[in-house]
Amino acid sequence: MARITAGVATSHVPAVGAAIDLGKTAEPYWQPVFAGYDWSKQWIAGEKPDVVILVYNDHASAFDMRIIPTFAIGCAERYGICDEGWGPRPVPDVIGHPDLAWHIAQSCILDEFDLTIVNEMQVDHGLTVPMSLMFGQPEAWPVKVVPLAVNVVTYPPPSGNRCWLLGEAIARAVESYPEDLNVQVWGTGGMSHQLQGPRAGLINAEWDNRFLDWMSGPYGDELRAIPHIEYLRETGSEGIEMVMWLIMRGALGRDVRALHRHYHVPASNTAVGHLVLEPVR
Amino acid sequence: MTGPRDIHAYLAEFDDIPGTRVYTAARARQGYWMNQFAMSLMTAENREEFKADERAYLDAWPLTEDQKQALLDRDYNRCLDLGGNIYFLAKLFSTDGLSFLQAVGTMTGMSPQDYQAMMVAGGRSPQGVRSIREKR
Repeated sequence: MARITAGVATSHVPAVGAAIDLGKTAEPYWQPVFAGYDWSKQWIAGEKPDVVILVYNDHASAFDMRIIPTFAIGCAERYGICDEGWGPRPVPDVIGHPDLAWHIAQSCILDEFDLTIVNEMQVDHGLTVPMSLMFGQPEAWPVKVVPLAVNVVTYPPPSGNRCWLLGEAIARAVESYPEDLNVQVWGTGGMSHQLQGPRAGLINAEWDNRFLDWMSGPYGDELRAIPHIEYLRETGSEGIEMVMWLIMRGALGRDVRALHRHYHVPASNTAVGHLVLEPVR
Repeated sequence: MTGPRDIHAYLAEFDDIPGTRVYTAARARQGYWMNQFAMSLMTAENREEFKADERAYLDAWPLTEDQKQALLDRDYNRCLDLGGNIYFLAKLFSTDGLSFLQAVGTMTGMSPQDYQAMMVAGGRSPQGVRSIREKR
């Protein structure tokens, strides 16, 4: 049977992708950002997951104003890299796992989570930057990916509690997949940042670190109760991306062990946060 | 559990955050074509056509004159007021060769140097910019 073996949380700042692509990771500005991923790269090389369910948000790339799915699961064989205005990132295409993705879609819909099924799309920095942070610059990605795109752009996004419950439903779906697969769930985006208006540049390290504490602890009741307005006030308008971390955390179950934690300010306009968690059963 | 039961109360709170335009349905409707115009800049051919004659390119879209002017001026706060969303507008500043750090800083009234220095020093404190009503 397929099993969820670990969860990874990470920011997905586009400038981090640019720093990797342009060979700037050793520069003094960037070195402390990337140093926090050295442990994780070694760890994942040993873990060798077969599939990553990668929760991210599309930044007006595959989805524009015409169609705004709250939760969209990628069921394609492969995903090209989109041109976000400066040309596509020079990274390999992302290879999907349509069998598992369709299984999750079917299971979740029967479980009353009505996912939107996407069979053709390109992916943006929200998905590719976490891949680069965890795997570096390989010629081909060493895992298959099930993209799960969450709307956190047009209000209202899903509640944190809804995200947690979707994570639980995804875990049930994975556990009922007959093939023996090592599956990880990644939650991406955040942490505190605001990319708009006179309040841009907001960072709240104290709040972010409490969130990291709660992500690393049992139950998640505090996390699930955070309303949208608190993310907006405390972590900036784009801090709302952190609801996506709750899908990963919900998928891991009640108790987790934190294997690795990293926090650094800034990367561009953003506080970078990163966790590696494993479920405790 | 965390879901608001009253959409009006939920939306009203957003106006209490200083210096912030939350991308609500009202803004999404107002800025629909401004954001769709920005999406068109995701190909190199369209970026070239736009750069060759910005005004003519914008005239092909059903935008208000205010929206066109805000886009031509790269006045991103004004664009937000007219329904733009930053992830869509990112296609415009990327066409100009600006990073998020450079473009976002233009909305703060700070110089690029001061804005970048603030970020390196730990960013803008949330103290005093959480709520207009509660002054905290």
